[in-house]
Order: sequence, then C-alpha cells, then structure tokens
Amino acid sequence: MVYIVALLSIIFLGLAALVVSRMAKVVKNASGPVEDGQIGMSNKINGTLFLAFFIVGLIGAVWSFLYAKQFFLPEASSPHGRHTDFLFWLGMSIITIAFVVTNALLFGFAWRYQHKEGRKASYYPENHKLELIWTVIPAVIMALLVFTGWRAWRDIMAEAPENAQVFEIVGKQFNWIVRYPGVDNNKLGAFNYKLIDNNNDTGIDYADEASFDDFTSTSELHIPANKPILLKIRARDVLHSVFIPHLRVKMDAVPGMPTRFQFTADKTTDEMRNLTGNPDFTYEIACTEVCGQGHFSMRIRLIVEDEASWLAWCKEQKPLLTSTPELAARIPSNLKAKAAKYLPADAVSAPSDSVTASVLKGGVTVASSTLR
Amino acid sequence: MSTVTTNSATVAHAVEQDHHEPQSFWRTYIFSEDHKTIAKQYLISGIFWSIIGIGMSVVFRLQLGFPGMKLEFLRPILGSWINETGKLDPNFYLALVTMHGTIMVFFVLTAGLSGTFSNFLIPLQIGARDMASGFLNMLSYWFFFLASVIMFSSIFIETGPAAGGWVIYPPLSALPQAHKGSELGMTLWLISMALFIVSQLLGGINYITTVINLRTRGMSFSKLPLTIWAFLLTAILGLISFPVLLSAALLLIFDRSFGTSFYLSEIYIKGEALPNVGGSPILFQHLFWFLGHPEVYIVLLPALGMTSEIIATNSRKPIFGYRAMIASMMGIAFLAFIVWAHHMFVTGMNPFLGSIFMFLTLIIAVPSAVKAFNYITTLWRGNIRFTPAMLFSIGLVSFFISGGLTGIILGNSALDIQLHDTYFVVAHFHLVMGAASAFGLLAGVYHWFPKMFGKLMDEKLGYIHFWLTFIGIYLVFFPMHYIGIAGFPRRYYAFTSYDFTKNIFADMNSFISLAAIFTFTAQWIFIYNFVNSLIRGKKSPQNPWKSNTLEWTAPINPGHGNWPGEIPAVYRWPYDYSKPGAKDDFIPQNVPYSQTPESNLPHENELIGLEKEIEAQNLNDQFSQPH
Repeated sequence: MVYIVALLSIIFLGLAALVVSRMAKVVKNASGPVEDGQIGMSNKINGTLFLAFFIVGLIGAVWSFLYAKQFFLPEASSPHGRHTDFLFWLGMSIITIAFVVTNALLFGFAWRYQHKEGRKASYYPENHKLELIWTVIPAVIMALLVFTGWRAWRDIMAEAPENAQVFEIVGKQFNWIVRYPGVDNNKLGAFNYKLIDNNNDTGIDYADEASFDDFTSTSELHIPANKPILLKIRARDVLHSVFIPHLRVKMDAVPGMPTRFQFTADKTTDEMRNLTGNPDFTYEIACTEVCGQGHFSMRIRLIVEDEASWLAWCKEQKPLLTSTPELAARIPSNLKAKAAKYLPADAVSAPSDSVTASVLKGGVTVASSTLR
Repeated sequence: MSTVTTNSATVAHAVEQDHHEPQSFWRTYIFSEDHKTIAKQYLISGIFWSIIGIGMSVVFRLQLGFPGMKLEFLRPILGSWINETGKLDPNFYLALVTMHGTIMVFFVLTAGLSGTFSNFLIPLQIGARDMASGFLNMLSYWFFFLASVIMFSSIFIETGPAAGGWVIYPPLSALPQAHKGSELGMTLWLISMALFIVSQLLGGINYITTVINLRTRGMSFSKLPLTIWAFLLTAILGLISFPVLLSAALLLIFDRSFGTSFYLSEIYIKGEALPNVGGSPILFQHLFWFLGHPEVYIVLLPALGMTSEIIATNSRKPIFGYRAMIASMMGIAFLAFIVWAHHMFVTGMNPFLGSIFMFLTLIIAVPSAVKAFNYITTLWRGNIRFTPAMLFSIGLVSFFISGGLTGIILGNSALDIQLHDTYFVVAHFHLVMGAASAFGLLAGVYHWFPKMFGKLMDEKLGYIHFWLTFIGIYLVFFPMHYIGIAGFPRRYYAFTSYDFTKNIFADMNSFISLAAIFTFTAQWIFIYNFVNSLIRGKKSPQNPWKSNTLEWTAPINPGHGNWPGEIPAVYRWPYDYSKPGAKDDFIPQNVPYSQTPESNLPHENELIGLEKEIEAQNLNDQFSQPH
C-alpha cells in the first residue's frame, strides 16, 4: 500500500510540475494584472484552475470517502452510541450539502466573473432581504441540530439508574487499573489516595467494610451486556481520559475529582467477533488526554459477556484482600471479624509482628504463583 | 492626481526635516518607534518562527507517516532525541507537537499576523502619523523578542522544551517528576508566555487607542475599512482575554515552584503521595480556554478583515454587506468570550454547563455563515483580477467554510464525546484557524508588500506558490477527517498499541505526511520570492492594485509621519469600486463627493455640504502639535 501511495504521490508531483511549467510558459509572454493596467493571460488560467480544482477536488473527496469508509469504526455497540452516530451522519450530510454548494458558488463565481476587458463590475453594496435570508436559514438549521444534540446529551449524561452495575477505572502513568465492586456485596469500597502503595494501587480504604471483597485488574475489564453500567473514573497522577471507541464512550479522569460515565453495551465480544468477521476482535479502552511518554499505549482490554457468564467469572475472582493478605493490617479491629472470610485462615490470627509478616509474605508469593 | 500630492509633499517634507533630524542606525532599524519598522520586525520574526514551527510538524509527520523509518539523518540537528535505534524519542515527539502548537498559534499567527498588519495598516489606513505611543509599541516588539529568545532557547536544553501539549494542562505540566517536558522546558515556556502576554497587552492598548483617537478628518467609524474594524476587535479580544491566561500561568508557576495547590489535588506519583489537596485541574482549563477560545478569533479576525479588503479591491466591487460584516465580526467577538467550555465537554464539567455552551457555540455559526455568504456575493458579478493576494483570499474563504462546517459537528456536545481529542478535531481547527489565518497572512504580505518595501513581488511565483499550497493543505487536512472518524486519538506517538488503529490507515498517514512535506517545500518559493523581490523587485507604482484606502495615497516609501504635509481628509467609505457613472472603477476615500457629481447617489449629494465641516475639523496630527 505504501508503494501505491508513493507512486501516486510521484505521479501527483509530476502532474503538478507539468502544470506549473505549462503555466510558467504561457504566462511568460503575458503581462501580469498590474503592468500597464493590462490583465494578462494568467488571469484566465487562474480562473479556470479554480473551476478545475473544484471539479477534481469533488471527485477526489467522493473517491477518498468511499475508500476510507471501510476503516471507520463499526456500528456502535451501545444504544446511546448508535443515536449519536445517527446524529453525526445527519449533521455530516447537512454540512456536506452546505460544503458543496458554498464551494461551488465560490469557485464558480471566481471562474465566471474573472476579469473581462470592458466589463464593469456591478455596484451592489447590500441587500437586506438576502442578508436576512442567510441569517435565518443557518439559524433554523442550527436550532434543529442543537435541539436534537441537546436531547441526546441530556440522556447520555443523566443519572445512572439504580440497578446500574458499578465499576471503577483508575488512570495512572501509564496504564489503567479497574476495580470491581466485589464478589459478595456488589459495592465499591471507599478509597483515599494517601493509602496507595505497591500492594494497594488504587488506594482502597479497608476501614470501609464494602472494600473487603473488591478486586482489581490491570489487564482487562469484564462487563455484563445489556445492563446499565456506571463507570466511575478517577486518576492517580495526571489527567487521563477513558476512551472506549466502539461504545462511543469518553470521559476524562481527573486527579482529585472523580468523574463518571453511564452506558449500556449491547453486543458481547463474541457477537462482535461474528459481526466483524474478525476472530481476534476485542473491545479496547484507550487514553485520549496527553499524560506523558506512554500516552499512546495505555491499553486495557474490555470484555463484554452475557450476564450469566459475567457473574460466573466474577465468582472465580479473588478479592485483593485474599491475594494480598498484608492489607489485613489496615482493617480496624472492630471489622476484623467481618473480613475474616476473605483472608487465609492463618493470616487472621497472625500477630502484626514484622518477622511473621515477612515470612507470611514469602508464603503468599508462593501461594499466588502456584495459583497462576 | 498622485503626482500633485507628491509634489506638494516634497515641499512640506523639506520643512519637516528641520525638526526631525535623521536618527542613528540603531534608532531607525533596531529600537525603532516607527510603526512601519516595527511591523517589518514582526513580519520577519513571524516568518522565522513559521519555518521552525512548520519544520517541526514535518519531523513529527515523518514519525506518524513512516513509523518504521530510520531517522538517523536528523541526528545532526536533533542529537540524542534520535535514539540508538534511529527512532524519534517519544518524549521529544510530544515536545515537537507542543512547540508546533505554541509557535504557530502565538508566535506566528498572533504576533506575526496581527503584530505585522495591525502595526502597519492601522496608522496608514486611518490616516495617522504613527501609533498613539511609539515607545509602547517598540516595547511591545522587544517584549515579544525576549519571549521569542526564551522560547527558542528552551528547544536546546537537555530535558527538552515543554511537552504537555500547547494547552499545558496541569497536573502534567505542574509536576516535573511526571514528565521530562515538565522540567526546565516548562518553566521557560511559562516565562516566555508571560512576556509574550505583556507584549500583546502593550500592542493591544496601542491599537485600540490609535483607532479611537487618531483617525483623520472625516474618518468616522462607518467609513473605516473592514481591516481596521477587524484589528480593533482583535485588540479588544486580546486585551480582555490575555490577562486571564497570565493569571492561569502565574498560578501554575506558583504550583510548580512555591508549593501551592491551585490545580493540584490528591496526587500519588512516583511512589509518593503529594500533600496538595483542594485544587482543581479543571480550574486551569477554564482559565486557559477563556483565553484559548478568543485566541482562535484573535488569529482569525485580522485575516478575515484583510481578505475583505483584498476581495473587494480585486473583484472591483464594494464588499457586500459592509454593515453586516461589521455586525457579524462584533457578534463573533462577543460570542468568542462565552463559548470557551466547548473545549471541555468531556472533562467532567457539569453536563448542564455543557448544554449551555453547546447552545452558545452553535449560535456563533450564524455570523460566520453570514460572513462566508457575503464574501461569495462580493465575487458575484465582479470583474475579478487574480493577483496572488486575491488567490490566497479566495483560498481563505474556502478553508473558512470547509473547516467551519465541521465545527457544527464538534460544537454539538453529544457528538463531541466520540470525536473529542481525535484527528477530526485536528483537521477541523487546522483548516478553519490554521490554514485560513495563514492564508490571510500570505494574502496580506502579497497585497501590502509594495507598500511595505516599495517593490512588487513576482506574480508568477505567487501563483505557483498559491496553487501548490492550496492543493497541499487540502491534501493534508481533508483525509485527516477520515482518520478522526475512525477514532484515532491525537498526540499519539504511534498507533501500534491498539487493534482499532493498528492495521488501518497506515497508507493514509503516509499520504498525509507526504502532502505535508510537499506543502512545506512549496513555502520556500515564497521565501525566495520575498527575499528576491526585496532585493531585485520591480519598483511599485503609487497604487498598484487601484485600491481606495488611504495607505495608497502616502508616498511609495512613506517616511516618518507617513504623509509629508497634511494628512488627507476622508469623505467616503472605502468601497466605492465600479460605481455607476464614475470614470475609473475606483474612487479613493480622500476624493470628495463634490469632485464626483457624475457618480454620486442622491443621499451622497447631500453630504457635499459637510465637506467644509470635515476639512475644518481639528486634526489629531501629532506633527502639528508641540512635542
């Protein structure tokens, strides 16, 4: 493909050079517009070139669109996305009409009204009726687009329904961390950025009992299909932005100011594999707010599955507390009993003696590595 | 007629010489207070910066278009920014993107465009000896120069220049540990921009004062050329919005250096939880875009003003809807202040605020549409001369339409969710603000070169330059929309990390890069033409484009004070082209109605009586006052 492009560009350059040399030859003998008040041949050439540019440009625009269309994202996998897609193409068709008409007039007039000896331009300084017409028409079209857009925006940004499944996604340099509300209570626990360390990379606050069954991942986010999802978004260090192209979801992650986006995904990953004919298809989450050197590679996979298999998958996951029992030390003593069921039996009774803790740590590493 | 003026001029000039002794080389060419010299200084600086700014874009286009390419040949220039494998350093890629944006927006299209032509044209077109304060004007340039030196030097430091995008959003820009480009480079960026803002304010105050106070006899606001209206509104925009950027930058400096928390809150970075709480990164974005959006019009309005003038002159027709043009510029200037948050629809800002800003944003499309239609109607039934300036002006209108239309999509907050920070946005603003303003700048240079340097530019080279640039820019930015629709995010060093960008549009990106290199190369024709015409250009006639505005009544090489002797009075609007009954197809502004009974409209005959009054007006002529 690169060769074709290279070839095309060489041809283009050649053609351009040809045109230029022809033009230079023709205009050599003709005088420019200023000299002696004479309007030269070059005026005619420039006028004709405007018309030619418009026609060739239009053909090029249509051809390139038809070619590029195959690479546009497939139909959105979310109802709100299909709605905004529709509005996008509606808007595009309106502006395409305006684009063609106004450019046609611009280049057409440039060609049609090029200088002719002996003709005098018409003195036509104003026409209030015309001004009024082309103030009102864009205003009406604009009002229509604004109104439809505003309704879509209002619906997308509305409060998430009560039964929405909550997930949390945390941006950091340079990856995403997702936190699930857990295997039992389906509630995200509290967090505090001061609690972040290597064991607890999202700063889960274990003084909140809802935190005990939360689990995290840096490789993929599993969500159920056909269920409202509420994505709670935050950032650890600098700005990031959650972008799920196939679901038409985008929202910045802001340190110190949690944001959210609610949506429903209605095509599972498997369905999309069938639909696109690509057996390796996978939903992806990207970052669209520049965040430093690794900005271009903050990929995390998104897996959409039907609710039953999602639930089954959730049940298999181990809470962070289970895989990292050192965190138990942060549980206030009055809640230790409630956390017990997530901890390996010996970890609960273990005194917070540093020697035992480090022995324990070694043991856990072995345990978790055998688990994998 | 012109000979008569020149003769009487020489006499008067001789008298003046008495109390204006020639100044030293330094005061004439370097630390000059003459608006024409300062304009040329801005122009030369702007051209220098645009070569650097566009050159940077070529380097990062190489990376985007040919990701596998070995860039070792750039090592002599870029040094260790080309790593051992011959690839561009990802940090430096971001630095290039950032500096390209900063340089093009501020140093080329704000200083180079508005600085050049506001300075050059305001006194000459309103009939003033010079700016209201020549000294402040000189300071304005030298603050800009200092800002330029600092920004330029930041390119050469070891950690590289600022690299968080030209919008320098904190916390990335506030935390040196977050990013190489947030170290010394960022400090220099902030210092340079603070000086730049001072320069803009000094310039802006001067432009406004001059337009309001120093108009010649008879030059009422309703007779001002549209260029001057545009410069005036631009200066007002800048005067109101630049101080907000200064405060944003100052607070960022405090956050970076003095431990404050204006923009910082709950940050854990490099294994350390920072103590800052309570700040808001969104606050910075509000402050930044309160300048950032008017900035778009600061860049665009002068271009629109100049092309109004050029299109009317070369269509040999009055500009269609003079008053509607002024009204829409005022409308745009006013709305420019209340649409800034459309850059922030998906930052987590309150969605209700998003709705409000969507309504306000789409209203701005109406005055813009009126302007476009008025341009087109001006061409209708004209008698068009395609000078290079005219070609670039028509090109500007095309870019303004093509790029402006996609703004209707992006201003719609629901659609912006998907398109925000993709190449669709990049294509949109490069067409409507970048390319359109650059064409305004080029049109202005081609049109007023004879007035600036007393020589003509080569027209044929101008034609070739126009066609190559016009085609090249469309080839760069038209396909870029497709990449945006496919969801490609901007400011990505490579597209290899994601399935949705991995195997598609590599050819399109190569094509865009080739077109960018092609367009960049074509600009050397202009540089050659500019320098060559400066040295060997043909001498310009008094009024090469047969234009109506006052600057063409001044001597071909206007001296200190612009007009020898009295400044001409103004009796009519600047667009009396092809007036029925008139002998020529143009009647300059300084020709009284009493001299043109054959072409006067009924209401204009009534104005003949006022001519005595105009001539008797007290003139704000600095030369006739003791100083």
